[in-house]
Parts: sequence; C-alpha cells; structure tokens
Amino acid sequence: MKLRRIAHARTGDKGNLLNISLIAFREEDYSLLVERVTAERVSQLFAPLITQPVDRHCVPGLGALNFVLHRPRTESVTRSLALDAHSKALSFVLLNLDIDEAP
Amino acid sequence: MKTLRIGAGAGFAGDRIDPAVDLVRRGSLDYLVFECLAERTIALAQLSRRIGRNPGFDPMLRERMEAVLPHCAENRTRIISNMGAANPRAAASETAAIARSLGLTGLRIASVAGDDVLHLLSPDLASTLAIDPREQLVSANAYLGIEPLLECLGQQADVILTGRVADPSLFLAPMVHEFGWALDDWNRLGQGTAVGHLLECAGQLTGGYFADPGVKDVPDLAHLGFPLAEVEESGEAVLTKLDGAGGALTVDTCKEQILYEVHDPSRYLTPDVTADFTGIHFTPLARDRIRVSGARGSQRPATLKISAGLYAGFIAEGQISYAGPGSLARATLARDILQARLHWIPSGDLRIDFIGLSAIHGEALSVLSCDPYEVRLRAAARFFDGSEGRRLVQEVESLYVNGPAGGAGVTTSLRENIAMEPAFLSRESITPTIAWEVA
Repeated sequence: MKLRRIAHARTGDKGNLLNISLIAFREEDYSLLVERVTAERVSQLFAPLITQPVDRHCVPGLGALNFVLHRPRTESVTRSLALDAHSKALSFVLLNLDIDEAP
Repeated sequence: MKTLRIGAGAGFAGDRIDPAVDLVRRGSLDYLVFECLAERTIALAQLSRRIGRNPGFDPMLRERMEAVLPHCAENRTRIISNMGAANPRAAASETAAIARSLGLTGLRIASVAGDDVLHLLSPDLASTLAIDPREQLVSANAYLGIEPLLECLGQQADVILTGRVADPSLFLAPMVHEFGWALDDWNRLGQGTAVGHLLECAGQLTGGYFADPGVKDVPDLAHLGFPLAEVEESGEAVLTKLDGAGGALTVDTCKEQILYEVHDPSRYLTPDVTADFTGIHFTPLARDRIRVSGARGSQRPATLKISAGLYAGFIAEGQISYAGPGSLARATLARDILQARLHWIPSGDLRIDFIGLSAIHGEALSVLSCDPYEVRLRAAARFFDGSEGRRLVQEVESLYVNGPAGGAGVTTSLRENIAMEPAFLSRESITPTIAWEVA
C-alpha cells in the first residue's frame, strides 16, 4: 500500500536541512506509520540526497511523524543548482513509499 | 472576555493582495500582519540598497499599503510587517507619504532597525560560513523578537515596519501587548508562538499548498482566503477564515502547517521562547473554525540567530525542449554534446536534468516509465566569473543550430547568487532601534 492512501505530508526547508511531515488521515493509522516508516527506512529512501541518517520525531497527539533530512551544504536552498532548490516536492517521494499493511 | 483578532495578510514577498483587502474589510481585525521577508530576500535587498539600485525595502510596499491603508484606518486595524527589509526607516517614510496621498493623517508609523549586525561578525566566523574561499560575507541580520515591537505598540503605533524579526514574533507581539503577558510566561508565549507560526504563511493554513485532487480536495482554491485568529487571554485561539472566501481551514491543514519548517517539534526556537508543539490539539468547532490549544514553552534561547548572506558568484541556466518521436534520444544527445562542450566546468558545478522525467526528484528517486512525448533539457552551473556564465548560456542557445534536430523554446538566465548561512550571537551585542514617522 502506498503511504499516500493513509497519510499526507508537507516539506519545509531551512538552509541545508529540510523536514518532511507525515500525518495520518485517521488516528488509528498512526501506529502503522510509527512501525513501518522508521528513520532507517526513510534514510534508505533518501540515501542519494543526504549526508547523515534521517532524524525522526514522533508527535502522537497529531498522529504525525516529522523527518529531518541533512543535505550537503552545496545543496542548501541558496546554493543548489536544482530546479527545485527548496526540495519542496520531496513529500511526494515519501508518499509514494510502499508499506506492508498486514500487522 | 476580550478576544484579539489577528489576520495574516501575506505569507511571502510576492503574495496576492486581494485576500488581505478582503480580510481587513470584512474581518473586524485588530491587527493585520504581513510576513514578506524570506531568508535570502533581506540579503538581496541589502545588496540592492548598497549599490543604489533601490531603497532596500519591499518592492511591493506601495501596492500593499495603498490597497489596505484606507480600510485599516477606517476599521482601526494596526499593521505589523517586515516589509522594511534592508531599510525600515525608508519604508516608514514611504508609508507616511502614501498615507498622506490617500488623505489619511495622524497615522503613527514606527520602524524597527538594528537587526543589521554585519559589523559584529568576526573574519574568523565569516570564514567558517563560506564553503569556497571566493565566497564573501555581504550581509548579516539578527532575528529580533517581540521586545522592540512591544515598545512600538506601547507608544500607539498604527503601523510597524521592521527588518529581520522572527516570523512568529510579528504575531506574538500584539498578543503580549493586548493581554499583558509576562515575558517569562513561557507557556503563553509558546502557545502564542504556535498561533503565529500557523498564521505566518497565510494561505498555507487555509488550503494553499494542500490540494491533491481526489485525495485532498480544497473548494474554490482560485479565490483562496487568508486566515485570521481569534486569540483569547489564555493564548488559545480559534483559527478561521471569512465566509465566502475560498479554501478550507481544517484539522488536516492545521497539522501540515504546524510542522512546516519545524525540526524538533518539542523545541521550536524563537527569540522569545522555546516553544513545544507536541501537546497541541486542534478541535473542529464548525466549518472552517478550528480551536488550537495545548502548546507550551520554556526559557528562551540565550543567543539570537543570525542569517548571514555570502556573495557566491553567479548561477547560469539554459533550457531547450525536444518533442515528438525520439524526443528523449534527442534530448540525451543534446546533454552529451553540452557535457563535451562544457568539459571545463568542474564536476559538481554543472547539473543537467530532463524536466518532465527526473529534474525534480533526481534520477535516483524518479520512477521512469514510458518514453515521454516531450522532454525539456535544463542545464545549470555556478561560476564566480560572469563571463563564464555567459558561455553556458551561449552553449545552450547554440543547441538550435549546432545540436540535435527539432530543438525548441530556448530560455536562459544568468543571476547573481547569494548563499545564506546561520550563525549565533549573544543577545547583549544586539540593540534594536526605533524611529517614528507621523503621516
């Protein structure tokens, strides 16, 4: 199952750090996010882009996870040569992740 | 009990003006806040001011003020904005002139400066910020907090124009002023900061940057309205938008925005407080009415964050499209030709992408399926010498006559680049200053 079926996300940037929130549409799916969308899994997903493992912050009250990605300083918002220098579109890479829905 | 009505009039420098006019006309606002100063905008504004290209304040100041000032005067709505950018004093005198030209007199306009701390950065610190010895420090601005704004409000400012002030502080200041919160009432400051953070991107709370058709639909996005908060003395607030304005303000839009540009949600640092968003609760009250409660706070950080701008040369860019049969093969040939002709650019300083295939997520993360009908090649590179940048531009243009068949729609650009880096200074070294204009 694609994450996009059960969660939504938004990317924000600050220098060479960026965060991607992942928010369950329904409270009961939050535990599935916690279990399946680990910091390791997200680090693997974004491995080509990051310089150190992803930090994961859990916000159970919001049914949300918040991932912080570290980019190289040459890839900061203000130095990047990329068309999407802000990396604003990366939330949809995360939402495209397949997770196993069986308990 | 009194509630304070604070509207968000802009979420970035180029934001739409009509939603702010609608808010101030129909929203019975006490305050209208315009957040218009992105991290790099102030560095660019300082450069422009220094070389005399423009006065250094927000280029849309006149347009925004002309649109909202008459309604603000009529409805007694006070304005707070960082549109002062690199020159708050000049922004205030410009605003006074605009007010007089509109026949508004007696408006008290305050400007807050002192955020420019370039002179305080030591060469040693500056050199640690650069990633290339050719990068040069050109600006440094401290994120000021609510204190200078409180002084302006205490002296009956109708309009406050600032340079760099932390975005949530623009919203927190009127709450502290109106309710008389203590500056170490960390929980209230944390809750007020949460409300400010939710409002600071304006339309991103009311359904902007949210719609995903079939998954997350937003009604009437074309007429997106901006949000306002009805803040209570406790710091709790009801977030809402005007009836008839487009968009949607829901628990889901609030959740996306509270985590936007946040790293550790239990420690969101501002000059005023260390805010903790982990206990936040969003309660739906009615359509487009959400109560926000439960944010907390603790002692503010000892240092102030500085945003330093470094001159980082130029970024040159060129694009060309290929369409119809064999478009990807022709675009690939064009890329190979460019790489050969631009072999003198150090690797890492040149990037070539195919727009429509993998330009946004990069080759490693993009899922490529079938041959696309059309492909747009984009080449971008960094240079410290502008004439080298023009050579890239020329090589992309030359793909018309000296490249694969059917190249079309070339566009090019060459722009100066300012890189931003964070630093920290003690509070004591930074002194905000206030000046007044009366229309």
